[in-house]
Amino acid sequence: MAKRVGIEVSIAIAEAVKLADADVIPAYPITPQTHIVEHLSELVANGELDAEFIPVESEHAAMSACCGASAAGARTFTSSSSQGLSLMSEILYIPSTMRLPIVMVVANRALSAPISIWNDHQDIMVQRDIGWIQTFAENGQEAVDLTLHAFRVAEDRKVSLPMIVNIDGFTLSHVIEPIEIPDQEEVDKFLPPFKPRYKLDPRKPISMGPVGVPEVYTEAKVALDNALKASKRVVLKAWDEFAEIFGRKYNPVETYRTEDAEVLLVTMGSISETAMTAVDAMRDSGQKVGLVRIRLWRPFPSVEFRKAAGKAKVLAVIDRCLPPGAVCGPVGEELRSLFYKVPGAPKIFSFVAGLGGRDVTVERFEEIVDKAKAYAKRRPKELYEVIGVREK
Amino acid sequence: MAKSDAIVGWKTITFGCHVLEPGNTASFRTGDWRSQRPVLDKEKCIKCGMCYIFCPDMAYDQTEEGYYECNLFYCKGCGICAHECPKNAITMVPEEG
Ligand code: SF4
Ligand code: SF4
Repeated sequence: MAKRVGIEVSIAIAEAVKLADADVIPAYPITPQTHIVEHLSELVANGELDAEFIPVESEHAAMSACCGASAAGARTFTSSSSQGLSLMSEILYIPSTMRLPIVMVVANRALSAPISIWNDHQDIMVQRDIGWIQTFAENGQEAVDLTLHAFRVAEDRKVSLPMIVNIDGFTLSHVIEPIEIPDQEEVDKFLPPFKPRYKLDPRKPISMGPVGVPEVYTEAKVALDNALKASKRVVLKAWDEFAEIFGRKYNPVETYRTEDAEVLLVTMGSISETAMTAVDAMRDSGQKVGLVRIRLWRPFPSVEFRKAAGKAKVLAVIDRCLPPGAVCGPVGEELRSLFYKVPGAPKIFSFVAGLGGRDVTVERFEEIVDKAKAYAKRRPKELYEVIGVREK
Repeated sequence: MAKSDAIVGWKTITFGCHVLEPGNTASFRTGDWRSQRPVLDKEKCIKCGMCYIFCPDMAYDQTEEGYYECNLFYCKGCGICAHECPKNAITMVPEEG
Protein backbone atom coordinates (compact mmCIF):
# COMPACT_ATOMS: atom_id res chain seq x y z
CA MET A 1 0.00 0.00 0.00
CA ALA A 2 1.08 3.51 -0.76
CA LYS A 3 2.17 5.47 2.29
CA ARG A 4 0.83 8.89 3.20
CA VAL A 5 3.64 10.88 4.77
CA GLY A 6 4.42 14.45 5.74
CA ILE A 7 7.20 15.37 3.34
CA GLU A 8 8.71 18.39 1.62
CA VAL A 9 7.37 18.54 -1.92
CA SER A 10 10.87 18.73 -3.48
CA ILE A 11 11.93 15.58 -1.63
CA ALA A 12 8.72 13.85 -2.67
CA ILE A 13 9.41 14.72 -6.33
CA ALA A 14 12.91 13.26 -6.00
CA GLU A 15 11.33 10.11 -4.52
CA ALA A 16 9.01 9.95 -7.54
CA VAL A 17 12.02 10.15 -9.86
CA LYS A 18 13.56 7.30 -7.87
CA LEU A 19 10.36 5.28 -8.24
CA ALA A 20 10.51 5.99 -11.97
CA ASP A 21 14.04 4.53 -11.85
CA ALA A 22 15.67 7.32 -13.87
CA ASP A 23 18.96 6.32 -15.51
CA VAL A 24 20.72 9.65 -15.99
CA ILE A 25 20.31 12.90 -14.02
CA PRO A 26 22.47 15.78 -15.25
CA ALA A 27 21.73 18.67 -12.94
CA TYR A 28 22.87 22.03 -11.65
CA PRO A 29 21.50 23.48 -8.43
CA ILE A 30 19.44 26.66 -8.42
CA THR A 31 16.99 27.99 -5.85
CA PRO A 32 14.17 26.99 -5.41
CA GLN A 33 14.74 23.74 -7.28
CA THR A 34 17.91 22.68 -5.46
CA HIS A 35 16.36 20.28 -2.96
CA ILE A 36 15.07 18.07 -5.78
CA VAL A 37 18.45 17.38 -7.34
CA GLU A 38 20.24 17.50 -3.99
CA HIS A 39 18.07 14.66 -2.72
CA LEU A 40 18.53 12.75 -5.98
CA SER A 41 22.31 13.07 -5.68
CA GLU A 42 22.03 11.58 -2.17
CA LEU A 43 19.87 8.72 -3.41
CA VAL A 44 22.44 7.95 -6.09
CA ALA A 45 25.40 8.34 -3.70
CA ASN A 46 23.97 5.98 -1.09
CA GLY A 47 23.02 3.38 -3.68
CA GLU A 48 19.25 3.69 -3.38
CA LEU A 49 18.96 4.79 -7.00
CA ASP A 50 21.06 3.12 -9.66
CA ALA A 51 21.58 6.12 -11.91
CA GLU A 52 24.32 8.30 -13.33
CA PHE A 53 24.23 11.66 -11.56
CA ILE A 54 26.20 14.18 -13.62
CA PRO A 55 27.10 17.33 -11.64
CA VAL A 56 27.49 19.57 -14.67
CA GLU A 57 29.09 23.04 -14.79
CA SER A 58 25.95 24.94 -15.86
CA GLU A 59 22.34 24.51 -16.87
CA HIS A 60 23.38 24.84 -20.50
CA ALA A 61 25.56 21.77 -19.95
CA ALA A 62 22.78 20.07 -17.96
CA MET A 63 20.34 20.20 -20.86
CA SER A 64 23.08 19.27 -23.35
CA ALA A 65 23.93 16.20 -21.27
CA CYS A 66 20.22 15.39 -21.03
CA CYS A 67 19.97 15.41 -24.83
CA GLY A 68 22.95 13.06 -25.14
CA ALA A 69 21.70 10.71 -22.44
CA SER A 70 18.19 10.56 -23.85
CA ALA A 71 19.53 10.01 -27.37
CA ALA A 72 21.49 7.04 -26.02
CA GLY A 73 18.26 5.56 -24.70
CA ALA A 74 18.48 6.52 -21.02
CA ARG A 75 15.51 7.59 -18.93
CA THR A 76 16.60 11.17 -18.27
CA PHE A 77 15.55 13.68 -15.63
CA THR A 78 16.64 17.16 -14.64
CA SER A 79 15.24 20.14 -12.81
CA SER A 80 15.74 23.88 -13.02
CA SER A 81 14.41 27.35 -12.26
CA SER A 82 14.48 30.95 -13.41
CA GLN A 83 17.97 32.12 -14.50
CA GLY A 84 19.04 28.49 -14.82
CA LEU A 85 16.16 27.72 -17.14
CA SER A 86 17.06 30.79 -19.18
CA LEU A 87 20.65 29.57 -19.47
CA MET A 88 19.26 26.29 -20.82
CA SER A 89 17.22 28.10 -23.40
CA GLU A 90 19.51 27.50 -26.38
CA ILE A 91 19.27 23.75 -25.85
CA LEU A 92 15.59 23.55 -24.87
CA TYR A 93 14.38 23.82 -28.46
CA ILE A 94 16.52 20.87 -29.54
CA PRO A 95 15.09 17.75 -27.80
CA SER A 96 11.54 18.57 -28.89
CA THR A 97 12.23 18.51 -32.63
CA MET A 98 14.65 15.61 -32.07
CA ARG A 99 11.91 13.79 -30.14
CA LEU A 100 13.99 13.11 -27.02
CA PRO A 101 11.67 12.39 -24.06
CA ILE A 102 13.53 14.21 -21.26
CA VAL A 103 11.51 14.96 -18.13
CA MET A 104 12.14 18.19 -16.23
CA VAL A 105 10.54 19.69 -13.16
CA VAL A 106 10.68 23.49 -13.22
CA ALA A 107 10.28 25.18 -9.85
CA ASN A 108 8.89 28.43 -11.22
CA ARG A 109 10.64 31.60 -10.12
CA ALA A 110 10.89 35.24 -11.21
CA LEU A 111 13.63 36.51 -13.52
CA SER A 112 16.19 39.20 -12.64
CA ALA A 113 16.40 42.22 -12.43
CA PRO A 114 15.86 43.02 -9.65
CA ILE A 115 17.20 39.73 -8.32
CA SER A 116 14.34 37.64 -7.01
CA ILE A 117 14.38 34.05 -5.89
CA TRP A 118 10.62 34.06 -5.37
CA ASN A 119 7.77 32.54 -7.27
CA ASP A 120 5.99 33.62 -10.43
CA HIS A 121 5.67 32.17 -13.95
CA GLN A 122 7.96 34.45 -15.95
CA ASP A 123 10.75 31.88 -16.26
CA ILE A 124 8.56 29.31 -18.01
CA MET A 125 6.59 31.81 -20.10
CA VAL A 126 9.88 32.88 -21.70
CA GLN A 127 10.17 29.22 -22.74
CA ARG A 128 6.58 28.85 -23.85
CA ASP A 129 7.41 27.87 -27.43
CA ILE A 130 10.15 25.29 -26.88
CA GLY A 131 7.87 22.50 -28.11
CA TRP A 132 7.77 20.55 -24.83
CA ILE A 133 4.60 19.17 -23.27
CA GLN A 134 3.90 21.26 -20.17
CA THR A 135 1.73 20.78 -17.12
CA PHE A 136 1.20 22.93 -14.00
CA ALA A 137 0.79 21.39 -10.55
CA GLU A 138 -1.48 22.82 -7.89
CA ASN A 139 -0.20 21.04 -4.79
CA GLY A 140 2.43 18.58 -3.60
CA GLN A 141 0.50 15.41 -4.38
CA GLU A 142 -0.11 16.65 -7.87
CA ALA A 143 3.58 17.53 -8.29
CA VAL A 144 4.50 13.93 -7.49
CA ASP A 145 1.75 12.46 -9.65
CA LEU A 146 2.49 14.71 -12.62
CA THR A 147 6.18 13.79 -12.44
CA LEU A 148 5.34 10.09 -12.81
CA HIS A 149 2.79 10.97 -15.48
CA ALA A 150 5.44 12.94 -17.38
CA PHE A 151 7.71 9.91 -17.76
CA ARG A 152 4.78 7.81 -18.94
CA VAL A 153 3.66 10.35 -21.55
CA ALA A 154 7.04 11.62 -22.76
CA GLU A 155 8.42 8.13 -23.39
CA ASP A 156 5.29 6.75 -25.02
CA ARG A 157 6.36 5.77 -28.52
CA LYS A 158 3.46 7.68 -30.02
CA VAL A 159 4.68 10.82 -28.26
CA SER A 160 8.45 10.77 -27.72
CA LEU A 161 8.62 14.41 -26.68
CA PRO A 162 10.24 16.13 -23.72
CA MET A 163 7.94 17.20 -20.90
CA ILE A 164 8.01 19.83 -18.16
CA VAL A 165 6.12 19.71 -14.89
CA ASN A 166 5.81 23.23 -13.49
CA ILE A 167 5.64 23.59 -9.74
CA ASP A 168 5.51 26.95 -7.98
CA GLY A 169 8.83 27.78 -6.34
CA PHE A 170 8.71 27.79 -2.50
CA THR A 171 4.89 27.75 -2.42
CA LEU A 172 5.18 24.13 -3.50
CA SER A 173 8.87 23.25 -3.62
CA HIS A 174 9.63 24.10 0.02
CA VAL A 175 6.35 23.22 1.69
CA ILE A 176 5.82 20.10 3.77
CA GLU A 177 2.54 18.47 2.82
CA PRO A 178 0.85 15.16 3.47
CA ILE A 179 1.66 13.25 0.29
CA GLU A 180 0.87 9.71 -0.72
CA ILE A 181 4.10 8.22 -2.03
CA PRO A 182 3.13 5.48 -4.49
CA ASP A 183 4.29 1.88 -4.22
CA GLN A 184 7.10 0.65 -6.45
CA GLU A 185 4.84 -2.12 -7.74
CA GLU A 186 2.11 0.32 -8.74
CA VAL A 187 4.62 2.61 -10.42
CA ASP A 188 6.06 -0.32 -12.36
CA LYS A 189 2.56 -1.16 -13.54
CA PHE A 190 1.99 2.41 -14.67
CA LEU A 191 5.40 3.09 -16.17
CA PRO A 192 6.90 0.48 -18.52
CA PRO A 193 10.66 0.47 -19.22
CA PHE A 194 11.84 3.12 -21.69
CA LYS A 195 12.11 1.63 -25.18
CA PRO A 196 12.98 4.43 -27.59
CA ARG A 197 12.14 4.20 -31.27
CA TYR A 198 15.68 5.17 -32.16
CA LYS A 199 18.79 5.51 -30.09
CA LEU A 200 22.48 6.09 -30.61
CA ASP A 201 23.99 2.64 -30.93
CA PRO A 202 27.31 1.90 -32.66
CA ARG A 203 25.93 -1.45 -33.83
CA LYS A 204 23.14 0.32 -35.68
CA PRO A 205 24.50 3.75 -36.53
CA ILE A 206 22.21 6.71 -37.24
CA SER A 207 22.84 10.46 -37.14
CA MET A 208 20.81 12.75 -34.89
CA GLY A 209 20.60 16.50 -35.17
CA PRO A 210 21.58 17.14 -38.81
CA VAL A 211 21.34 20.47 -40.63
CA GLY A 212 17.86 21.42 -41.85
CA VAL A 213 18.26 23.27 -45.12
CA PRO A 214 15.46 25.69 -46.12
CA GLU A 215 13.92 22.85 -48.15
CA VAL A 216 13.19 20.79 -45.00
CA TYR A 217 13.22 23.12 -41.97
CA THR A 218 9.55 24.07 -42.25
CA GLU A 219 8.52 20.43 -42.56
CA ALA A 220 10.61 19.50 -39.50
CA LYS A 221 8.89 22.19 -37.42
CA VAL A 222 5.41 21.29 -38.69
CA ALA A 223 6.14 17.65 -37.83
CA LEU A 224 6.95 18.76 -34.26
CA ASP A 225 3.82 20.92 -34.04
CA ASN A 226 1.69 17.98 -35.12
CA ALA A 227 3.43 15.57 -32.76
CA LEU A 228 2.89 17.98 -29.88
CA LYS A 229 -0.80 18.43 -30.69
CA ALA A 230 -1.26 14.68 -31.13
CA SER A 231 0.36 14.04 -27.74
CA LYS A 232 -2.82 15.23 -26.01
CA ARG A 233 -4.47 11.86 -26.59
CA VAL A 234 -1.70 10.08 -24.73
CA VAL A 235 -1.65 12.76 -22.01
CA LEU A 236 -5.35 12.02 -21.38
CA LYS A 237 -5.00 8.26 -21.70
CA ALA A 238 -2.12 8.22 -19.23
CA TRP A 239 -4.25 10.21 -16.75
CA ASP A 240 -7.00 7.61 -17.13
CA GLU A 241 -4.52 4.80 -16.48
CA PHE A 242 -3.12 6.76 -13.56
CA ALA A 243 -6.61 7.04 -12.05
CA GLU A 244 -7.16 3.31 -12.40
CA ILE A 245 -3.94 2.43 -10.62
CA PHE A 246 -3.60 5.24 -8.06
CA GLY A 247 -7.19 6.41 -7.69
CA ARG A 248 -6.51 10.06 -8.44
CA LYS A 249 -8.03 11.48 -11.63
CA TYR A 250 -6.57 14.45 -13.45
CA ASN A 251 -7.96 16.47 -16.34
CA PRO A 252 -6.34 18.99 -18.66
CA VAL A 253 -8.69 21.68 -17.34
CA GLU A 254 -10.29 21.55 -13.88
CA THR A 255 -13.41 23.40 -12.86
CA TYR A 256 -14.58 24.48 -9.44
CA ARG A 257 -18.14 25.62 -8.82
CA THR A 258 -18.56 26.68 -12.44
CA GLU A 259 -22.21 25.60 -12.68
CA ASP A 260 -24.33 28.69 -13.50
CA ALA A 261 -21.28 30.90 -12.83
CA GLU A 262 -21.27 34.27 -14.55
CA VAL A 263 -17.70 35.16 -13.74
CA LEU A 264 -14.92 32.58 -13.93
CA LEU A 265 -11.45 33.09 -12.55
CA VAL A 266 -8.80 31.41 -14.70
CA THR A 267 -5.58 30.32 -13.00
CA MET A 268 -2.58 28.02 -13.33
CA GLY A 269 -0.58 26.48 -10.49
CA SER A 270 -0.81 26.77 -6.73
CA ILE A 271 -2.73 30.06 -6.47
CA SER A 272 -5.72 28.00 -7.60
CA GLU A 273 -6.13 26.71 -4.03
CA THR A 274 -6.48 30.25 -2.68
CA ALA A 275 -8.77 30.98 -5.61
CA MET A 276 -11.07 28.14 -4.52
CA THR A 277 -11.28 29.62 -1.02
CA ALA A 278 -12.10 32.97 -2.62
CA VAL A 279 -14.78 31.37 -4.79
CA ASP A 280 -16.36 29.78 -1.70
CA ALA A 281 -16.44 33.15 0.06
CA MET A 282 -17.97 34.89 -2.95
CA ARG A 283 -20.52 32.10 -3.44
CA ASP A 284 -21.46 32.47 0.25
CA SER A 285 -22.23 36.10 -0.39
CA GLY A 286 -24.45 35.11 -3.32
CA GLN A 287 -22.13 35.88 -6.22
CA LYS A 288 -22.12 33.51 -9.18
CA VAL A 289 -18.38 32.97 -9.36
CA GLY A 290 -16.37 29.90 -10.27
CA LEU A 291 -12.85 28.83 -11.14
CA VAL A 292 -11.22 27.20 -14.13
CA ARG A 293 -7.71 25.92 -13.70
CA ILE A 294 -5.45 25.03 -16.60
CA ARG A 295 -3.33 21.97 -15.80
CA LEU A 296 -2.18 21.13 -19.34
CA TRP A 297 -0.58 24.26 -20.81
CA ARG A 298 1.07 22.70 -23.88
CA PRO A 299 -0.45 21.36 -26.05
CA PHE A 300 -3.19 23.82 -25.12
CA PRO A 301 -6.45 21.93 -24.42
CA SER A 302 -8.65 24.14 -26.61
CA VAL A 303 -11.68 21.85 -26.77
CA GLU A 304 -11.66 21.15 -23.03
CA PHE A 305 -11.22 24.80 -22.16
CA ARG A 306 -14.08 25.94 -24.39
CA LYS A 307 -16.25 23.29 -22.81
CA ALA A 308 -15.27 24.29 -19.29
CA ALA A 309 -15.54 28.06 -19.66
CA GLY A 310 -17.43 28.82 -22.86
CA LYS A 311 -20.78 29.37 -21.17
CA ALA A 312 -19.64 32.02 -18.69
CA LYS A 313 -20.25 35.69 -19.40
CA VAL A 314 -16.91 36.88 -18.08
CA LEU A 315 -13.45 35.36 -17.71
CA ALA A 316 -10.98 36.99 -15.33
CA VAL A 317 -7.65 35.57 -16.43
CA ILE A 318 -4.72 35.80 -14.05
CA ASP A 319 -1.20 35.79 -15.43
CA ARG A 320 1.75 35.48 -13.11
CA CYS A 321 3.92 37.05 -15.75
CA LEU A 322 4.23 40.62 -17.01
CA PRO A 323 5.40 40.72 -20.62
CA PRO A 324 6.51 44.35 -21.06
CA GLY A 325 5.05 46.05 -24.11
CA ALA A 326 2.67 43.21 -24.94
CA VAL A 327 -1.08 43.37 -25.37
CA CYS A 328 -1.58 41.32 -22.19
CA GLY A 329 -0.20 38.31 -20.31
CA PRO A 330 0.41 35.03 -22.18
CA VAL A 331 -2.56 33.14 -20.72
CA GLY A 332 -4.82 36.11 -21.43
CA GLU A 333 -3.56 36.27 -25.01
CA GLU A 334 -4.09 32.56 -25.46
CA LEU A 335 -7.71 32.72 -24.33
CA ARG A 336 -8.52 35.85 -26.32
CA SER A 337 -7.27 34.03 -29.43
CA LEU A 338 -9.18 30.90 -28.48
CA PHE A 339 -12.48 32.75 -28.21
CA TYR A 340 -11.88 35.29 -30.99
CA LYS A 341 -15.07 35.75 -32.97
CA VAL A 342 -16.70 32.75 -31.31
CA PRO A 343 -20.41 33.62 -31.10
CA GLY A 344 -21.54 34.12 -27.50
CA ALA A 345 -17.98 33.89 -26.20
CA PRO A 346 -17.24 35.26 -22.74
CA LYS A 347 -15.72 38.69 -22.33
CA ILE A 348 -12.11 38.19 -21.33
CA PHE A 349 -10.27 40.48 -18.93
CA SER A 350 -6.61 40.04 -18.28
CA PHE A 351 -4.93 40.59 -14.91
CA VAL A 352 -1.33 40.30 -13.82
CA ALA A 353 -0.75 39.29 -10.21
CA GLY A 354 1.63 37.47 -7.91
CA LEU A 355 4.93 38.62 -9.43
CA GLY A 356 8.23 37.85 -7.69
CA GLY A 357 6.65 36.03 -4.76
CA ARG A 358 3.89 38.49 -3.90
CA ASP A 359 0.96 36.61 -2.40
CA VAL A 360 -2.33 36.56 -4.25
CA THR A 361 -4.79 36.58 -1.37
CA VAL A 362 -8.50 35.84 -1.18
CA GLU A 363 -9.10 39.62 -1.09
CA ARG A 364 -7.11 40.03 -4.30
CA PHE A 365 -9.25 37.44 -6.06
CA GLU A 366 -12.37 39.27 -4.85
CA GLU A 367 -10.94 42.52 -6.18
CA ILE A 368 -10.25 40.85 -9.55
CA VAL A 369 -13.81 39.53 -9.78
CA ASP A 370 -15.25 42.96 -8.85
CA LYS A 371 -13.12 44.61 -11.51
CA ALA A 372 -14.02 42.03 -14.16
CA LYS A 373 -17.72 42.57 -13.43
CA ALA A 374 -17.32 46.35 -13.73
CA TYR A 375 -15.33 46.02 -16.96
CA ALA A 376 -18.03 43.82 -18.45
CA LYS A 377 -20.35 46.82 -18.14
CA ARG A 378 -17.82 49.46 -19.08
CA ARG A 379 -14.79 48.62 -21.14
CA PRO A 380 -11.49 49.19 -19.33
CA LYS A 381 -9.01 51.72 -20.72
CA GLU A 382 -6.15 49.22 -20.72
CA LEU A 383 -5.99 45.71 -22.18
CA TYR A 384 -4.71 44.31 -18.87
CA GLU A 385 -4.28 45.42 -15.32
CA VAL A 386 -1.59 44.74 -12.73
CA ILE A 387 -3.27 43.87 -9.43
CA GLY A 388 -2.06 45.26 -6.13
CA VAL A 389 0.56 47.56 -7.61
CA ARG A 390 1.41 50.72 -5.64
CA GLU A 391 1.76 54.00 -7.43
CA LYS A 392 3.38 55.98 -4.65
CA MET B 1 21.30 12.78 -53.99
CA ALA B 2 20.86 16.41 -54.86
CA LYS B 3 19.17 18.81 -52.46
CA SER B 4 16.00 18.42 -54.47
CA ASP B 5 15.98 14.69 -53.60
CA ALA B 6 15.81 15.66 -49.92
CA ILE B 7 12.43 17.34 -50.39
CA VAL B 8 9.99 15.54 -48.15
CA GLY B 9 6.69 16.43 -46.54
CA TRP B 10 6.10 16.84 -42.81
CA LYS B 11 4.42 13.44 -42.76
CA THR B 12 7.30 11.69 -44.47
CA ILE B 13 10.26 13.46 -42.86
CA THR B 14 12.23 11.03 -40.69
CA PHE B 15 11.34 10.71 -37.00
CA GLY B 16 13.14 13.46 -35.10
CA CYS B 17 14.84 14.47 -38.36
CA HIS B 18 17.29 11.60 -37.80
CA VAL B 19 19.49 10.36 -40.61
CA LEU B 20 18.70 6.65 -40.55
CA GLU B 21 21.06 5.46 -43.26
CA PRO B 22 24.69 5.47 -42.11
CA GLY B 23 27.17 7.17 -44.43
CA ASN B 24 24.51 8.50 -46.77
CA THR B 25 26.40 11.78 -47.28
CA ALA B 26 28.31 9.79 -49.93
CA SER B 27 25.20 10.00 -52.07
CA PHE B 28 24.86 13.76 -51.59
CA ARG B 29 25.77 15.52 -54.86
CA THR B 30 27.82 18.50 -53.73
CA GLY B 31 28.80 19.19 -57.35
CA ASP B 32 25.45 20.55 -58.52
CA TRP B 33 26.31 24.23 -58.13
CA ARG B 34 29.81 24.19 -59.68
CA SER B 35 30.55 27.08 -62.06
CA GLN B 36 34.07 25.98 -62.95
CA ARG B 37 35.89 22.69 -63.03
CA PRO B 38 39.53 21.67 -62.48
CA VAL B 39 41.36 20.30 -65.53
CA LEU B 40 44.63 18.42 -65.00
CA ASP B 41 47.73 18.71 -67.18
CA LYS B 42 49.41 15.32 -66.72
CA GLU B 43 52.66 16.67 -68.26
CA LYS B 44 53.13 18.96 -65.27
CA CYS B 45 51.76 16.70 -62.52
CA ILE B 46 54.31 15.12 -60.14
CA LYS B 47 51.68 12.98 -58.30
CA CYS B 48 52.40 14.70 -54.97
CA GLY B 49 48.76 14.45 -53.82
CA MET B 50 48.44 18.02 -52.53
CA CYS B 51 45.19 18.41 -54.49
CA TYR B 52 43.86 15.25 -52.85
CA ILE B 53 44.78 16.50 -49.38
CA PHE B 54 43.38 20.00 -49.75
CA CYS B 55 40.11 19.29 -51.56
CA PRO B 56 37.41 20.17 -48.97
CA ASP B 57 34.94 17.77 -50.56
CA MET B 58 37.31 14.83 -50.81
CA ALA B 59 36.52 14.73 -54.52
CA TYR B 60 39.92 13.35 -55.52
CA ASP B 61 40.77 9.68 -55.96
CA GLN B 62 44.07 8.23 -57.09
CA THR B 63 44.07 6.37 -60.39
CA GLU B 64 46.06 3.21 -61.07
CA GLU B 65 48.70 5.28 -62.84
CA GLY B 66 49.10 7.36 -59.68
CA TYR B 67 47.47 10.54 -60.92
CA TYR B 68 44.74 12.28 -58.96
CA GLU B 69 41.41 12.61 -60.66
CA CYS B 70 38.50 14.59 -59.31
CA ASN B 71 34.97 13.20 -59.23
CA LEU B 72 32.64 15.84 -60.63
CA PHE B 73 29.70 14.39 -58.66
CA TYR B 74 31.35 15.99 -55.60
CA CYS B 75 33.58 18.76 -57.00
CA LYS B 76 31.99 22.12 -56.23
CA GLY B 77 34.57 24.04 -58.25
CA CYS B 78 36.14 26.03 -55.41
CA GLY B 79 39.57 26.03 -57.06
CA ILE B 80 41.50 25.18 -53.90
CA CYS B 81 43.23 22.27 -55.63
CA ALA B 82 44.41 24.54 -58.45
CA HIS B 83 45.60 27.10 -55.91
CA GLU B 84 47.52 24.54 -53.84
CA CYS B 85 49.09 22.54 -56.69
CA PRO B 86 52.86 23.26 -56.50
CA LYS B 87 53.29 22.64 -60.21
CA ASN B 88 50.37 24.67 -61.54
CA ALA B 89 49.15 21.48 -63.17
CA ILE B 90 45.48 22.29 -62.54
CA THR B 91 43.55 24.91 -64.47
CA MET B 92 40.02 25.99 -63.58
CA VAL B 93 37.83 26.21 -66.67
CA PRO B 94 34.29 27.62 -66.74
CA GLU B 95 31.42 25.16 -66.97
CA GLU B 96 29.45 25.52 -70.17
CA GLY B 97 25.89 26.82 -69.86
S1 SF4 C 1 48.76 18.85 -56.49
FE1 SF4 C 1 49.26 19.16 -58.64
S2 SF4 C 1 51.12 18.08 -58.91
FE2 SF4 C 1 50.32 17.37 -56.97
S3 SF4 C 1 49.14 15.56 -57.54
FE3 SF4 C 1 47.74 17.24 -57.62
S4 SF4 C 1 47.77 17.95 -59.73
FE4 SF4 C 1 49.55 16.66 -59.45
S1 SF4 D 1 37.78 22.58 -57.30
FE1 SF4 D 1 37.51 22.41 -55.08
S2 SF4 D 1 36.01 20.82 -54.86
FE2 SF4 D 1 36.71 20.65 -56.95
S3 SF4 D 1 38.31 19.17 -56.83
FE3 SF4 D 1 39.30 21.14 -56.59
S4 SF4 D 1 39.40 21.44 -54.41
FE4 SF4 D 1 37.95 19.80 -54.76
